[in-house]
Amino acid sequence: MEKSLNWREFIITRLIKASGYSAIIFVALIFVFLLREGLPTLGEVELKSLLSIRWYPIEDYFGILPLITGSLIVTLGAALIAVPFGIGTAVYISEIAPRWMREILKPLVELLGGLPSVVLGFLGILVLSPYIRILLDLPTGLTALTGSLLLGGIAVPTVVSVAEDALDAVPRAYREGAWALGATRWQTIWRVTLPAARSGVLTAVMLGVGRAIGETMTVMMVTGNAPVLALKLGSLFSPVRTMTATIAAEMGEVANGSTHYHVLFFIGMVLFLISLGVNIAASSVVFRAKKRAERILS
Amino acid sequence: MVDKIIIENLSLQYSDGTESLRGISLNVREKAVTVLFGPAGGGKSTLLRCLNRLNDLTEVRTSSGRILIDGENVLDPKVDVIALRRKVGMVFARPVVLPMSIRENLTYGLELAGEKRRAKLDEAVERSLKLAAIWDEVKDRLDDPAIALSGGQQQRICLARVLALQPEIILLDEPTSGLDPISTGKVEAALTELKKEYTIILVPHSVQQAARTADYAAFFLQGELIEYDEGKTLFTTPKDKRTEDYVTGRFG
Amino acid sequence: MKRILARNRHLVQRLGFTGITLMAVLTVIPIVAVVIYILIQGAPAISWEFLSGFPRDGMRAGGILPAIVGTLYLTVGTAVFSVPLGIAAAIYLSEYAADTPLTRTIRIAIINLAGIPSVVYGLFGLGLFVLFLKFGTSILAASLTLSIMTLPVIISTAEESLRSVPQAFRTVSISLGATRWQTIRRIVLKEALPGILTGVILGLERAAGETAPILFTGAAFFLPRLPHTPFDATMALPYHLFVISTQVPEMPIQIQYGTALVLLAFVLTMNLIATVIRSRARAKRQW
Repeated sequence: MEKSLNWREFIITRLIKASGYSAIIFVALIFVFLLREGLPTLGEVELKSLLSIRWYPIEDYFGILPLITGSLIVTLGAALIAVPFGIGTAVYISEIAPRWMREILKPLVELLGGLPSVVLGFLGILVLSPYIRILLDLPTGLTALTGSLLLGGIAVPTVVSVAEDALDAVPRAYREGAWALGATRWQTIWRVTLPAARSGVLTAVMLGVGRAIGETMTVMMVTGNAPVLALKLGSLFSPVRTMTATIAAEMGEVANGSTHYHVLFFIGMVLFLISLGVNIAASSVVFRAKKRAERILS
Repeated sequence: MVDKIIIENLSLQYSDGTESLRGISLNVREKAVTVLFGPAGGGKSTLLRCLNRLNDLTEVRTSSGRILIDGENVLDPKVDVIALRRKVGMVFARPVVLPMSIRENLTYGLELAGEKRRAKLDEAVERSLKLAAIWDEVKDRLDDPAIALSGGQQQRICLARVLALQPEIILLDEPTSGLDPISTGKVEAALTELKKEYTIILVPHSVQQAARTADYAAFFLQGELIEYDEGKTLFTTPKDKRTEDYVTGRFG
Repeated sequence: MKRILARNRHLVQRLGFTGITLMAVLTVIPIVAVVIYILIQGAPAISWEFLSGFPRDGMRAGGILPAIVGTLYLTVGTAVFSVPLGIAAAIYLSEYAADTPLTRTIRIAIINLAGIPSVVYGLFGLGLFVLFLKFGTSILAASLTLSIMTLPVIISTAEESLRSVPQAFRTVSISLGATRWQTIRRIVLKEALPGILTGVILGLERAAGETAPILFTGAAFFLPRLPHTPFDATMALPYHLFVISTQVPEMPIQIQYGTALVLLAFVLTMNLIATVIRSRARAKRQW
């Protein structure tokens, strides 16, 4: 082989191999830079202060707990919407819908995945939040709930495509076996197909949640940006502040190298580790790896 | 008759532990049809893929022995495998035409070899299509996609594609396994013509085909060469009991 | 008794199917509604002046040309970096890499890249490109940031598309004396092209609509002129929409909807192109 490999082919092969490693290099680079800019936080802010409940950077209060709870409550609300609707839609597409319906639904759901989050945030401000304010008789419509509703929509495509993939991967023979035993299609879906696909469906839920927790623009625009501790379910109806929104809103105005700057990177580090955890957990749930692309796209 | 290929004590095992060869020694005569036959998994295809180093694409755990073609050991890592593959052409079990026109299928190998002259290419197309006995069927639609042809026609395109490179040796791995009897007859007829010029090694898809086509025949069983002789001898008076059992249809 | 049970089972099934169908419909209707609503609300704002003019009166009047051009620049800039790198990485994974621990690490890294929040990409871009490499807040820094974010989409779709090319084509090509690279270039890439293109467009579509990664790496609040070099900051449609819907008081609603419509049209056009390429390739495919 070596003899016929001219120098051009040799170089191309080398370049291709080097590109192959790029993903690892970028993940490592991202982590290194987050550490580099985020870790000084621990020297500048006491841990006790960092884990306090007051986020007021102008006066050097850097308690990130309100931001974490803000992210959690918005994400929880989003998951309550995205999981049932996502799995329901996946079941419909994969098990119930006639072929032509599938051909319409799949691109539409994919389209939702491609809608810029800033557009959804924009509509959230102008259309959704006034409704919420009037409907629930709240002082403002910019609440965690508003964020959850939109974020649910953003997470749905992820859940649908991964869950649908998992359902598709269930061998047809399972279903035929159940039908042959006299089960209705409905019983088959609940007692055979979904249980057989459960690891994939679980992956779908995890990736959907991961998508929601990392979403930035929509939540920044519609959740009201109030860094208060959100521990009760009632907090859903008041303004909150997520980790992502805090970074996006404040990074533009801080001095490079200041404590505030470092803390924002520190929050970024936390987000990075959360997404790392979710994705490693999700990818270790092995099911058909073939359609990974579709999952990432959604 | 000259020995074109000399296989000396060839052993091979794949990484996944499947089909392997054990101590094969075999001399292949020039300008004749040598048939390798036996039950599935006996190592016939593996041996073919050693001859043009197509096994380089597969993960091989161990291999030893030598294969001399015109005196050169082709298993030597320093061998120019590209040149080797041009010299040793191969037709596969399933007809695989490349996703391009009939003409492009034929000129693909030549263009890779650096041939750019249109006249040379056209001449090669016509010559090889005639040799593969399909010229009359496709001469008016050389620029149509090759995939539009029938399976039997596609397989002869595959044969012609190999011939276009003017190889010295042609390997055929069950080339008629998916074809109807008429197409099979056409391919076999083409082989009878071709052996005047080329050294042909055929893995047949049935014992009957082996008997019909073999000048020389080698019986393979579980990675071992059981018996090797002239075709007419081996199929009428096999020396080994296992060969006889297989040829007469007692197993396999 | 049995008959009642049987009838019940079918009743349950009918109710269940209706419920699930309703859920799917409820999922899809908002998507369609969003698109139609923005189309209706935004259409009156669209005029030649709006598309080709500069913003005036603190962006409360005039056009959005710099944002449109900026998004085009950023999309092209993203493509310049991410397309060659992404396709090369996909070729490596599909054609060269064996199933080793290293390859598995690469795959995990790709999945993780896809999952990193977009604002974290923004932080990374700020740290590496803007500050460390001193590109400043610029088209270059923003494009590079968006490229890395887009990379996993391109790699995965391209790899899937390369893998769907039948193995037999490669074997045949090699057996005819082609080298591995010749086989890839002349057969595999050619056949995988529509799929790769679809993935590239879908990836760029996402990059074009993103705001968070460019917030601190390249987006400008307002520019009275078009950017001249890759080291200039630029306006961009998604960031502009964010700015005029949250940061500018007394912003005319029509301009906001008009901007949203232009952004949506940009993204949906790319989506449509990708869908058309994919379905045409599927219809044409011969294997």
